[in-house]
Amino acid sequence: MNSQPNTSNQTQHKWLSLVNLLKAPSIILLLVWMIVPLSMTLYYSFVEYNLLYPGPKLFIGLENYTYFSTDSAFFPALFNTLVLVGSVLIITVVLGLALALLVNQPFFGRGIVRVLLISPFFIMPTVNALIWKNMLMDPNYGIFTVIADFFHLVPINWLEDMPLASIIMMVSWQWTPFALLIFMTSLQSQDTEQKEAAKLDGAGHWSIFRFLTLPHLARPIAIVVMIQTIFHLSLFAEIFVTTGGGPGFASTNLAWLIYRQAFLAYDVGVASAGGVFAIILANIVAFFLIRAVGKNLAR
Amino acid sequence: MTLNISQRKAIKHWATGLFAWLVALTLFFPILWMIMTSFKTELQAIAQPPLIMWEATLDNYSLIQERSDYLKYALNSLYTSLGGTFLALAIAVPSAYAMAFFPGKHTKDILLWMLSTKMLPAVGVLIPIYMITQMGGLLDSIYPLIIIFALMNLPIIMWMLFTYFKEIPKEILEAARMDGATTRGELRHIVIPLSWGGIASAGLLSIILCWNEAFWSIQLTASDAGTLAALIASYSSPEGLFWAKVSAASTMACAPIIIFGWFCQKQLVQGLTFGAVK
Repeated sequence: MNSQPNTSNQTQHKWLSLVNLLKAPSIILLLVWMIVPLSMTLYYSFVEYNLLYPGPKLFIGLENYTYFSTDSAFFPALFNTLVLVGSVLIITVVLGLALALLVNQPFFGRGIVRVLLISPFFIMPTVNALIWKNMLMDPNYGIFTVIADFFHLVPINWLEDMPLASIIMMVSWQWTPFALLIFMTSLQSQDTEQKEAAKLDGAGHWSIFRFLTLPHLARPIAIVVMIQTIFHLSLFAEIFVTTGGGPGFASTNLAWLIYRQAFLAYDVGVASAGGVFAIILANIVAFFLIRAVGKNLAR
Repeated sequence: MTLNISQRKAIKHWATGLFAWLVALTLFFPILWMIMTSFKTELQAIAQPPLIMWEATLDNYSLIQERSDYLKYALNSLYTSLGGTFLALAIAVPSAYAMAFFPGKHTKDILLWMLSTKMLPAVGVLIPIYMITQMGGLLDSIYPLIIIFALMNLPIIMWMLFTYFKEIPKEILEAARMDGATTRGELRHIVIPLSWGGIASAGLLSIILCWNEAFWSIQLTASDAGTLAALIASYSSPEGLFWAKVSAASTMACAPIIIFGWFCQKQLVQGLTFGAVK
């Protein structure tokens, strides 16, 4: 009888160490994955290091930082990064929500419509960019030009005249289905009885949406915002394939600016300083995001 | 003429359907157009007005296969996607299980921290990773890609599994433990069957993200370990107006994952709720 609490304590103890053993790999691996490159980036950012001029890596203090941040592309890139993320978030959440409400209604061939609607999410970003750049936005042969001609409008040279907006369109096309997928699933779990009751009480479509559906979707919206921010803050492939950051810096985001510094100017030091800026920006955004939606996420 | 309720309902039903089909076809059009263009000659591809009817040709496909070994790139994509996903799942399943069933004081903070590591832009750490890979003599090899893909998707996989595992009723586990089940037995016979949907869903999302990943594949591979995403990127500028060939290459690069996605749609959605469905 006396040994009973003791053994259960021991098992308890064994359990806990096993639990920690199981938790450890993912935490340690991510920590290493974060810290090793991060400290290397930090180190490079304080030394003079250009792949074209091999030599001793001299400590030069903040020179790389001043060089990167006084680059005339720095503020446009910062601004473009934020505009890109913000616009894509707004478009995909609003469109995704509208589409989710639409396919939540009964109609013929709903299954096929759903499959068609989510397809863009499976397309490679590089392919996405190629389709839009060539077949849709080409100023001579693109479909958009054909449509503009048909209505006797002046065709727009999308990637030249509105490069950032063009990239926002491509990315939104790809990610609206992601929002749709998540909202769709969430709508299916909504309490229909509650909606029926509200309807009987004389609630209109709008107030049902506003006071029942929207609160129900708070968490899915938080998830969509969170995950998309993660992906779009360092958007790269679409710019790589279409505009190359131009014309000028009109579609240069931070990721592209750093890439250009590192792989086109071979300046590892300055590119690393840029990397540190990007990491700081990511942390600022992460801080606000986690405060805003994190509570909703970690319920 | 006044309509009775069922007539009005029928009209609404058809109007909604018509509208939904219109929207769906519009949004699907770029993909459809890519597939159609891949069966045209280069001249037909840029014909004005665009051709809706034409004599389909398979020339582009055979040419792509001739010039760049499609199968090699496809296999690289397959190996890296599956390898990265299995590696990530092998790390994440036990961890997420431990966190969901034995949450500590800081479990939520740890998970949020994990997600925040995904916000670190890849370019910020590109140079170190590039150099480490180079030092290891592993540039243009699929192994670093597999490891990077696994680590890259680990936070999201952890999150999906955690929220999914959390929904599993604890009573079942306690009952099993009373009956003397070991942790391994518990995992194999109870948790994995019950959480199979979540694991499948996280795995599917990870496969899709790996298959489409372009940044690391472009930077770290060349002709040997190149994935389809990197192959397509190489078609971006110098090819100029070879739309039909680019379309054929793109169609071949995307077809496997689109078809895969269509078939797995239901499983994919299961865990994408992130515990949002009670």
